[in-house]
Amino acid sequence: MGPRLKLFIPLILFVVLALFLLRGLELDPREMPSALIDRPLPEFTLPSLGSDTLVNRDAVIGEVALFNVWATWCVSCRVEHPYLNQLTQQGVPIYGVNYKDEDQDALRWLQELGNPYRLNIVDADGSLGLDLGVYGAPETYLVDAGGVIRYRHVGVVDERVWRDILQPIYQELLEERAP
Amino acid sequence: MNRFCVAALLLMSCFVMPAAAVIETYEFSNEELEQRYQDLSAELRCPKCQNQNIADSNAPIAQDLRKRLYQQLEGGASDGEILDYMVARYGEFVLYRPRFSGATAVLWLAPVLLLLAAIVLALLVLRRRKDSGERTGGELSVAEQQRLHTLLDESESGS
Repeated sequence: MGPRLKLFIPLILFVVLALFLLRGLELDPREMPSALIDRPLPEFTLPSLGSDTLVNRDAVIGEVALFNVWATWCVSCRVEHPYLNQLTQQGVPIYGVNYKDEDQDALRWLQELGNPYRLNIVDADGSLGLDLGVYGAPETYLVDAGGVIRYRHVGVVDERVWRDILQPIYQELLEERAP
Repeated sequence: MNRFCVAALLLMSCFVMPAAAVIETYEFSNEELEQRYQDLSAELRCPKCQNQNIADSNAPIAQDLRKRLYQQLEGGASDGEILDYMVARYGEFVLYRPRFSGATAVLWLAPVLLLLAAIVLALLVLRRRKDSGERTGGELSVAEQQRLHTLLDESESGS
């Protein structure tokens, strides 16, 4: 290597480092891949919100559906709630996992803001949440007809998230099931 | 002045709240379990607050994980089983020392490879410096030696 070229070594190092750091700026460290992708939805037997019946895994699978982990103490959940209502109107099945919440608060919330959920699984002590690898509400899981978790979205589901991320996978799963 | 400072400090100390004892305590059936609890909770990373282990974190999820850890330890699970359980739910991410696998190979090997590269580079640089040192300074080659002699002879005979 000529002495001329050697002069460029610091510049090259700088550019490489800068590229790495630039990439780092775009990455969201909270966006972790779920460990449960392509794993079956965990087994559970938990009460259903607003009734005395227990529900288990079999009661909520069989159809491509969203599982939305929410709670009344979760501010972002209030933000995404209207959009979930909208999705339900479009015919997307949504099951709620009411995560570490008070039943009374949750029922009042649904009464005031509308109820987009087919049913709500009451996960008062967070055990189902733990099995799902939930680390903060809201989280939304896309589960296929066979009860296998195919995608996890952390954070608010809004129109953009649905259109850009969830809907394409949802459609794919619907078609996967059709033939 | 000094006295004033001391008084002020004493006064201020009245307003300092003792750091809230973060963490719930668990009664273990024996000391070995307690020790393992301490070790494991220091080893597991809180998924929510990513730069803390679950022993230090007060996030609800860390509390849950500590509770689960406690239950599993009392239930007789081995360290390996507990770590598997956590990884199955939260991924390699929960381990502060991720296991060696395809995805983490770079993480584990990079320091070793960088060290090796540095050593090789250092050796190359040192060798080159030695080579060039032989050429420019130090001992003269045979031809140079002869030339020196002739020059010296010339100057001696000339004077």
